[in-house]
Amino acid sequence: MALDGPKTSGFTAVGTTPNRPDGLDKVTGRAKFGADAQAPGMLHAAIVRSPHAHARIVSIDTSKAEALKGVKTVVTRADFTTGLKGENWNILENVMAGDTALYDGHAVAAVAAISPLIARDAIKLVEVEYQVLPHVTNVDAAMAQDAPIIREGAANKSVPAGLHPNVVRYHESGHGDVDKGFAAADLVIEDHFTTEATHQGYIEPHACLAQLGGDGKGELWCCTQGHWNVQKICAALVGIETSQLRVTASEIGGGFGGKTVVFIEPVALALSRKANRPVKLVMNRSEVFRASGPTSSTSMDVKIGMKNDGTITAASGTFRLQGGAFPGAPMEFTAMCAFAPYALENVRQVGYDVMTNRPKQAAYRAPGSPMAAFAVESVIDELCKELGLDPIQTRLKNASHEGTKASFGPKFDKIGLVETLEAAKAHPHFTAPLGENQGRGVSCGFWFNHSGETSVTLALSEDGSAQIVVGTPDIGGSRASMALMAAEELGIPYENIRCTIADTASLGYNEVSHGSRVTYASGLATIAAARDAVKRLCGRAAAKWGIDEEAVVWEDGCAKPSGPNAGDFDPLPLAEITRTMGATGGPINGHFEATPEGAGVSFATHIVDAEVDPETGKTSIVRYTVVQDAGKAIHPAYVEGQFQGGAAQGIGWALNEEYIYGEDGRLQNDLFLDYRIPVASDLPMIDTVIVEVPNPGHPYGVRGVGETSICPPLAAIANAVSAAAGVRLHDLPMSPPRIRAALDAQKDG
Amino acid sequence: MSNIHVTTTVNGDEVEFLCDPRETLLDALRDKLNLTGAKEGCGTGDCGACSVTMDGRLVCSCLVLGAEAEGKQIGTVEGIADGETLHPLQQKFIEYAALQCGICTPGILVATKALLEKNPDPTETEVRYWLAGNLCRCTGYDKIIRAVMDTAADLRRAS
Amino acid sequence: MVEVNLWSGLRALAGGQDKVEIEANTVGEVLAGLVAKYPGLQDAIDAGVSVAVDGRIIAFGLTEEVKPDSEVYLLQRLKGG
Repeated sequence: MALDGPKTSGFTAVGTTPNRPDGLDKVTGRAKFGADAQAPGMLHAAIVRSPHAHARIVSIDTSKAEALKGVKTVVTRADFTTGLKGENWNILENVMAGDTALYDGHAVAAVAAISPLIARDAIKLVEVEYQVLPHVTNVDAAMAQDAPIIREGAANKSVPAGLHPNVVRYHESGHGDVDKGFAAADLVIEDHFTTEATHQGYIEPHACLAQLGGDGKGELWCCTQGHWNVQKICAALVGIETSQLRVTASEIGGGFGGKTVVFIEPVALALSRKANRPVKLVMNRSEVFRASGPTSSTSMDVKIGMKNDGTITAASGTFRLQGGAFPGAPMEFTAMCAFAPYALENVRQVGYDVMTNRPKQAAYRAPGSPMAAFAVESVIDELCKELGLDPIQTRLKNASHEGTKASFGPKFDKIGLVETLEAAKAHPHFTAPLGENQGRGVSCGFWFNHSGETSVTLALSEDGSAQIVVGTPDIGGSRASMALMAAEELGIPYENIRCTIADTASLGYNEVSHGSRVTYASGLATIAAARDAVKRLCGRAAAKWGIDEEAVVWEDGCAKPSGPNAGDFDPLPLAEITRTMGATGGPINGHFEATPEGAGVSFATHIVDAEVDPETGKTSIVRYTVVQDAGKAIHPAYVEGQFQGGAAQGIGWALNEEYIYGEDGRLQNDLFLDYRIPVASDLPMIDTVIVEVPNPGHPYGVRGVGETSICPPLAAIANAVSAAAGVRLHDLPMSPPRIRAALDAQKDG
Repeated sequence: MSNIHVTTTVNGDEVEFLCDPRETLLDALRDKLNLTGAKEGCGTGDCGACSVTMDGRLVCSCLVLGAEAEGKQIGTVEGIADGETLHPLQQKFIEYAALQCGICTPGILVATKALLEKNPDPTETEVRYWLAGNLCRCTGYDKIIRAVMDTAADLRRAS
Repeated sequence: MVEVNLWSGLRALAGGQDKVEIEANTVGEVLAGLVAKYPGLQDAIDAGVSVAVDGRIIAFGLTEEVKPDSEVYLLQRLKGG
């Protein structure tokens, strides 16, 4: 849509914080999540999973399982489509192993039975003969020349010659001359950093209910961030036409990127087709940890040169990410985000995508970016410390702004990094006194944000109310935001608008709710659809008044003559026009179908105070402030919620959370007891400052806010912990044993 | 294996169900009684999404066998509101945006209601430790804690 | 002619160049022109690219306009969590 620059003032609905439309259902237990779906005659399924990190599947004998009373069917890889290529083949291989189990927890067969207990009993009766193969789970070990090969020929053409076959993609970008830049520096610091894989940790395990008939027509209910994507992939994997599968997204109990892909849905469809009954399949927590999509783990080297006055002269980074047993680790984002906050004349970044015997990584909130910030912002912190410079002032001195040539190439459009740094500097937190054993850390973070294919329909009812139909599952209160934007355009109360997430048969294609795109893209689409409807409303008024459509304007929920020359008519309220719409030309709807471009990148600055117990090495976060550019906050309370949620997840990533693999390649901490996400008593209140530098690509200036909030915390906390402990921490998580070891090493060293 | 016949009271209503001896109270509530408000987030008592009260005591229903409900009084999220009138906690959670995805909300409401019945004037630290068994991955707990503290203050003023 | 900037990892597939001149009026024509000139870029472009035009990141719209003096950068395909 054509934009004359974003609207920046005069909002009536946008910027208020009404109650969310799904609030009542969610506080009363009525909301239907993935595992709450039921169908008559429904069977329950369970999946047989490999106990080995890497093993050839010699044979699968399902006869004993099939003989168990109550078991209706068993599927293996033979029950799926053959001949797939590219990413569809990777997904099928991940959903159900072919001739090799590639990680601990890899699905090898599945059973459907008349009860969940019988299904679980039956999977123990499936006899799989494995030939165990050598495995590797660490990214550096997987790149070493003697590493076992996960899959020969998986690398694409980007990979330079001479690297191990486990290196499957390579990225290199930058500009200027880094050697010259380092030579011009007064101080150069180079350091090595690692981060462990973490899990999105959504509380709702993956769940679905599938029904697929021999006629190739199917129904699927599931918790997902994007049901059109589920439709497309599932149809391909079970070999039916996309449009013959109707997918309905349930309420979603958290996703954070982990529900942008499919794991169990094609399995339930295959079982349903074979059993000719609806099949429900729900992962347990252990399966979520072992066999959904955690993040990459990383091994990184970062080198930065600085002048005595704080000017960065050059920066380079090498980022090695393992993404499990398939290509796809988001190393290009790690590389491209790493130095984005800074205006650099000389910068070079290299990324390696490495395969290991771990589950196929999935997106997690700004995939790849938080790790980069951890390494880069740690080095900047060390440089500031060595040179006696203020951390915020130094970042301001080097900060990217409109027109800066970004580290990843193009010039930045209007951005709000400087504004977040200024707001952080002015915040009382930055100058508050610190207690004993406490340290303060600061970090910036960057994320691109995304737009994507979007369809929205807005339909008016006779009584003057409106319904908005969107296709992006609501993962953070977006239905309220859509209704606010429609209320703003239509000039009717928020309460008179209902926003619904359509199933795949009820609306055109929508890309997944990811990339912080929903309030941006579905929001832009909602505004455009409302404007489309308003045009029709004005047309009806013009016809009634016998004047030109162009002579009618829409203000305060009414059609009005545009001026004295247009004629003297009383304003026509929306409900007056819709009351007779059937007789004056038919139903009035508004539509938008397009791929809006112009998501608008986003920056944040976080301040954190950490207290480290020198005896136990335990860290407490005592104060936390998030400052982030939202472009325009549509529903400020939900924007704050995104800021706080991202910070809390970052705290877990920094201090506690990690995938721990044993020597045998098996995941050792596949329960919430052992994979410890932050609980209420671990955290302080999380202060927020919403900065608004309008995004030129959205009619109200919206930028996505969901992901950027997880980019600075790892680094900000590492800087705070290092200040508190008096020793630099290079490896995440900074768990008590790691901090103790660093303190001991310092004492000995 | 034969099923066990269980008679129990859920949210004030006497109900009966048949369950396998291995089935949990959570399974019974969700699969036999169609009360799907309690959620299974882990099945190991670590996440609290399945929190219910049993004879007034807060429990993880995934760690209680269905058969143990015999003769007991069970309280679930579905019983917190009084008909159309929401409990002040429910109202406050909506007003404070104290939920994002909402999967943990039923368990957190059951748990906080139990807390306020026991301790009408908890400190922030007491609320945080009481809720340490209820995982929320979306909110960072900030708005949840504020909603609980404010509800407690309202209830004290009203009593 | 539009000057198209490649990320340096692509240089080896584009005859050692990281700036390539292409006759194009749209993002789609930029990509088609690149492949016509350097067939080695086909796989990288098929794997997914985004294009930044004067600082605006076009995630995948091929119909977006490109002017002769536009600043054009090829980026790896953007997505998110």
